[in-house]
Amino acid sequence: MEVLSGVFLYLLGAVIAVPIAQRIGLGSVLGYLIAGVVLGPIIHAIFSEKEAEELMHFSEFGVVMMLFLIGLELRPNELWKMRGELIGLGGAQVGVSVGLIAGIAYLFGLTWQASIAVGMILALSSTAIVLQTLQERGLEGTRGGRSAFAVLLFQDIAVIPIIALMPLLAGGAGFDIWNMLPSAPKPKGAVWLNELPQFAKALVILGAIGSIILAGRFLAYPFFRFIASGRSREVFTAAALALVIGTALLVDYVGLSPALGAFLAGVVLSGSEYRHELESNIEPFKGLLLGVFFISVGAGVDFGLLSERPVLIIGCAIGVIAVKALVLAVLARLFKLSPRDFWLFTLALPQAGEFGFVLIALATTVSAISTMTGGVATLIIAVTMFLTPLFFIFFQKVIEPRLHEDLEHRDDDEIKHHGPVIIAGVGRFGQMVNRMLRAQGIETVVLDSDPRQLDTMRKFGVKAYYGDASRVDLLEAAGIAKASVLVATLGNATTQARIVEDVRKTWPHVRVIARATDRNNAYRLLEAGAHTVIRELLGSSVEAGRETLTALGVHPFRAERLARAFRQHDEEGFDELREFWTSDFASNSDYVARSLARSQQLEAVMNTDRLETASPDERGWEKPVVEEETEETGQAASTT
Amino acid sequence: MQRSILVLYAHPRTERSQANRRLKRVAEGVDGVTVADLYAEYPTYEIDVDREQERVSRYDAVVFQHPVYWYSAPALMKEWIDLVLEWRWAYGPGGEALRGKLWLNAVTAGGAQAAYGPEGRNRLDLRALFSPFEQTAMLCGMTYLPPFALFEANNRRDRSVLDAHAAGYAKLLRDLRERTLDIEAASGLRGLAGLYDKPAGKG
Ligand SMILES: Cc1cc2nc3c(=O)[nH]c(=O)nc-3n(C[C@H](O)[C@H](O)[C@H](O)COP(=O)(O)O)c2cc1C
Repeated sequence: MEVLSGVFLYLLGAVIAVPIAQRIGLGSVLGYLIAGVVLGPIIHAIFSEKEAEELMHFSEFGVVMMLFLIGLELRPNELWKMRGELIGLGGAQVGVSVGLIAGIAYLFGLTWQASIAVGMILALSSTAIVLQTLQERGLEGTRGGRSAFAVLLFQDIAVIPIIALMPLLAGGAGFDIWNMLPSAPKPKGAVWLNELPQFAKALVILGAIGSIILAGRFLAYPFFRFIASGRSREVFTAAALALVIGTALLVDYVGLSPALGAFLAGVVLSGSEYRHELESNIEPFKGLLLGVFFISVGAGVDFGLLSERPVLIIGCAIGVIAVKALVLAVLARLFKLSPRDFWLFTLALPQAGEFGFVLIALATTVSAISTMTGGVATLIIAVTMFLTPLFFIFFQKVIEPRLHEDLEHRDDDEIKHHGPVIIAGVGRFGQMVNRMLRAQGIETVVLDSDPRQLDTMRKFGVKAYYGDASRVDLLEAAGIAKASVLVATLGNATTQARIVEDVRKTWPHVRVIARATDRNNAYRLLEAGAHTVIRELLGSSVEAGRETLTALGVHPFRAERLARAFRQHDEEGFDELREFWTSDFASNSDYVARSLARSQQLEAVMNTDRLETASPDERGWEKPVVEEETEETGQAASTT
Repeated sequence: MQRSILVLYAHPRTERSQANRRLKRVAEGVDGVTVADLYAEYPTYEIDVDREQERVSRYDAVVFQHPVYWYSAPALMKEWIDLVLEWRWAYGPGGEALRGKLWLNAVTAGGAQAAYGPEGRNRLDLRALFSPFEQTAMLCGMTYLPPFALFEANNRRDRSVLDAHAAGYAKLLRDLRERTLDIEAASGLRGLAGLYDKPAGKG
């Protein structure tokens, strides 16, 4: 029960604090942090300190999931293009920041070992806060956002050597750190790994990475196809979670950062047609875990210590931010970021991050730093994390408006893979629409829940994604927020009406074109809010009628006109009868009467020809104003 | 050598036509003449340009047969001209596909001939009004013949006029085929009806 009340508390905190924070423009991250601070005392009453810490480490898995999701959005070649920034920007940021912070710490009287440890602890930024906030504010596609991401990714890699270095700072060379670590940050495989010679260690790590890539390339597709053909949503979710957790465990086992492994797995799977389904399955878990993580950070702030030494801690926090921001600013200049991206990059990364917590635990255990220093550093990290959302607000409220004048210098935002058209359901109808649009070079995202259908489409080179398209979260993952048109061609009439209604409600800017199997269905879809409803049989049956007329000897152009007249009359009737339509239309006498009246008009309508309605004798062309005699002379004059 | 003749027939209401349908049948009866009903071939106006270019290039004379609609041709015939007479094919550099061929408008008009002249309500005669066709032919290096027109085409009281015109049309087509019409002399006329309608008609 205790666990449940804890869960309830976290959820309640999130439900109350996050919407309020978002409403007043602070963003969800700050909302969670504040909820954590408020709930802190109660949380500490329910959980022991160890439990609270474990919960926090568990919730850090949200970061792993987030990196997996980011990986899914990134094609391998895009990642390859990032390598310059990754190594250049990332390497310089970590190296210079560690050096500067360590130097300052040394000047403040820390030992050189402690100084370097503190430098490494504080140089890393918060992947969780930065990426979450970038996404929430729609900045992840900007050059500044991407550069920040590159640096965060590099930091994730840098954690590995940093963990390896930490024990050296205690001065005790050759001593087995792994056994002394507290349970959570301890890489589980490291014990056996440490017994291996250096080259074998490298081989094991390379083997792990290689197996992720190979499995992603060759096993994931048949695996998910198999899962998908079972058509059980829970099992797919379970499989998606198992994939992420499994990958994380594997890389953790060989001593790499789990987040990094998950990211890699994401990149490998980014070309898969199950990408969107994976995304929409992992997304809620990621969100929840990150929420718990942020609340934990908030709850973990030690106000006792803070009130004891407010000047020291706040001062140090501001100092850290200032130093890191300076490094970032110089790098942004060197890498020639535009003014807007310069500011975004500089303001995004100067905080210390969650990895710092892990490193502090490690550093105190190996006594590279004192418990007191560890406590202060923990608070510094927390304070800088608190300030980060404010920097983003500052960026968007103050910096951006000022830069508007030289907007033309702004780099193009990266265009995401989202197409302007989403086709939900690719039976033959949807396929035709898709082919037509693709032929125009229009990007489409095609969704269907029948793996066999997808298989066929793949053979024809169409990019199709597996998923139950009537699920709002899948549509979201497919990028409906950025799409301009949804073509809904799902087989089931009820789901079809539901998807139309959901999309109209949630994304009013998206134009909805829906296929209806019959008139009844069509009215339902209009009711649901579809902008355009296509009755699938109307076109083809009218065409058959036209062909039949031609076969009977009617002039093809007349048959064509008759078909058009028929169609138009039918469409007018469709509109006219709409207000009389009820779901039990057959027993609705109004509807039946109207519909009979319409049928009677049909014959007359089809035989009215505007070009021929007036009697020929009334035509001006045939009535010469000149007299009969002049006609004779006129004719003679013109032909001789 | 005989000329081969292509009649491009454009009438959007052929099933109700008095004059043109009759004339079309006449043309179909003349040896060496091919009649293409454009509205039947392209009821949706999607003209197959390659096919049309290939077809028209096989003939020595092109007859545009149509009712006069607003001093011009029905819309599909204009569409045919717009699409088929391509730059670098019909005109412009290397555009010589139609060079030397004959161009004739064989038309029916609701108005009386008297209305087509300086005294009449239409102010100009048909040849003048058709100068867009004439200039199109010139640009393509074709030889333009003055229009062969039936006036008062809706006059049902006197069938003999249509009879005479139909016979004249057949003779004109045969003359074109046999090269028995003096093209140079004919080119100077305001219209061809005077040469072909009279003998069989009233006079
Ligand atoms: C839309 C339209 C426009 C017409 N414009 C003219 C015109 O400009 N001059 C004229 O003399 N007759 C004009 N007419 C009359 C037609 O030329 C006449 O009805 C036709 O030649 C009769 O031939 P048909 O029996 O083959 O249809 C026009 C008729 C229609 C329907």
